[in-house]
Amino acid sequence: MTDNIVEIDNLSFGYKGRLLHKGINMSFPRGKIVAIMGGSGSGKTTILRLIGGQLKPVKGEVRVGDKVVHEQGRNDLQKLRRKMGMLFQMGALFTDLSVYENVAFPMREHTSLPETMIRDLVMMKLNAVGLRGARDLMATELSGGMARRVALARAVALDPEIIMYDEPFAGLDPISMGVICNLIRNLNDALGATSLVVTHDVKEAFSFVDYVYFIADGVVVAEGTPAELRESTLPFVHQFVHGEVDGPVPFHYAAPDYRRDMLRGHDV
Amino acid sequence: MSDGMVSKLKSALQNFGHRLIDQFWRLGSASRLFGYTLASSGESLRRPFLVIREIYFTGVLSLIIILVSAFFVGMVLALQGYNTLQKYGSSEAIGVLVALSLVRELGPVVTALLFAGRAGTAITAEIGLMKATEQLSAMEMMAVSPIARVIAPRFWGGVISMPLLASLFSMVGILGGYLVAVPLIGVDGGAFWSQMQASVDFREDVMNGFIKSCVFGVACTMIALFEGYDAPPTAEGVSRATTRTVVNSSLAVLGLDFVMTSFMIS
Repeated sequence: MTDNIVEIDNLSFGYKGRLLHKGINMSFPRGKIVAIMGGSGSGKTTILRLIGGQLKPVKGEVRVGDKVVHEQGRNDLQKLRRKMGMLFQMGALFTDLSVYENVAFPMREHTSLPETMIRDLVMMKLNAVGLRGARDLMATELSGGMARRVALARAVALDPEIIMYDEPFAGLDPISMGVICNLIRNLNDALGATSLVVTHDVKEAFSFVDYVYFIADGVVVAEGTPAELRESTLPFVHQFVHGEVDGPVPFHYAAPDYRRDMLRGHDV
Repeated sequence: MSDGMVSKLKSALQNFGHRLIDQFWRLGSASRLFGYTLASSGESLRRPFLVIREIYFTGVLSLIIILVSAFFVGMVLALQGYNTLQKYGSSEAIGVLVALSLVRELGPVVTALLFAGRAGTAITAEIGLMKATEQLSAMEMMAVSPIARVIAPRFWGGVISMPLLASLFSMVGILGGYLVAVPLIGVDGGAFWSQMQASVDFREDVMNGFIKSCVFGVACTMIALFEGYDAPPTAEGVSRATTRTVVNSSLAVLGLDFVMTSFMIS
């Protein structure tokens, strides 16, 4: 059996003839936390959707275990997804349900456990994210950080083998960011799961992940442990890790010559 | 013809072609969603509380607007009908006029139009926002089919509610007509009810009205669901989808009404 629970092999994907990914190769070893980093619009979230089978690649394949995701039929894909948990960028909690019901949702849908057992499991999951006391609140009454933690409890409700996090730190205050970092690490280790974290928050991600892939212009431009990447001399990685304004990723969006553009208005 | 005109004509034709192809795509997507909804219905109907919840949201919560409208429509029908019928000395037939107008046409059609405005827009906005906030994607990633869990229960909730609402509309409309015709105008109450009883046929009139309301239920609910499911996940996208629900449902109801009436009368 392979040591990698997810493997991406020569993956190309695009919309309307424009390729977003051009032959990406990645592997995600069991039990590790791997970050996928890159600028906004570089297709990081799309990789998670390709792993989840919500999108189909143009070329190449994504394997989860020994199964090629896009070759699975409807029922097999559902079975495969039961091994996964996903934390969406804004939580994606069901707004018509309470915190308790949100976490209980996957259990009610996929198991025939008695209500007392569901209650115990929900309480355990909520306790793990520190929100047992918020069980009766509605999803709409939660702050951004709390919603993210409830969504995390829901994502791990069925003890998945793979947990995917889409921008888990976006819009959070420093305390909530620290809480989420700890939760990702602790839950991953406690459940023996593999975590894939899509983010562009270098400081937070480098503090707890085991391995990092950098993507830009549709390809993996760098990979390695956080320590290796901090020392990297590659211009893109250096600019990204140190947050420099200009570099290989230009400050200006592609535009015609500035002088000519300004003078054009005076010709009229 | 100048080059400018040729290019304008070409661009207008291209635009028209794009819109036409886009409409065919949408029709295809809507048919596919309808097929998936029917295929997933067994799963939803096995959990009746999901459908009952939707009957409450689409049916029970629409009751006030439906009943109040029915009451006024019935009263106006009686007033207008009496005005015309008395010229021919047949004002006792007012009960028949009110009942037939409501049971055959106004009951199903006005209920469907009000349903599209009240429940249809709510369905579209809810589904559109669920999509925009990634709730449908989250469900999919939890290996739960959004069509079986969200779309199919709402579909059956709408389809079951519509004929019930149309029946209530006709009943309350007749009551409104009675109140205007008998106590207010002074038409004989016995003639009002007996002529209605003698002239309204169960199979020809009541059943035809029932069939119409079932068809409108399928059309209005499916349009509302599709518009929500297909809406671009933005505030503008959901707002446009909600408008399209009202416009498309109204046109579909009026068009289908003409087609069904032609078949039923012939």
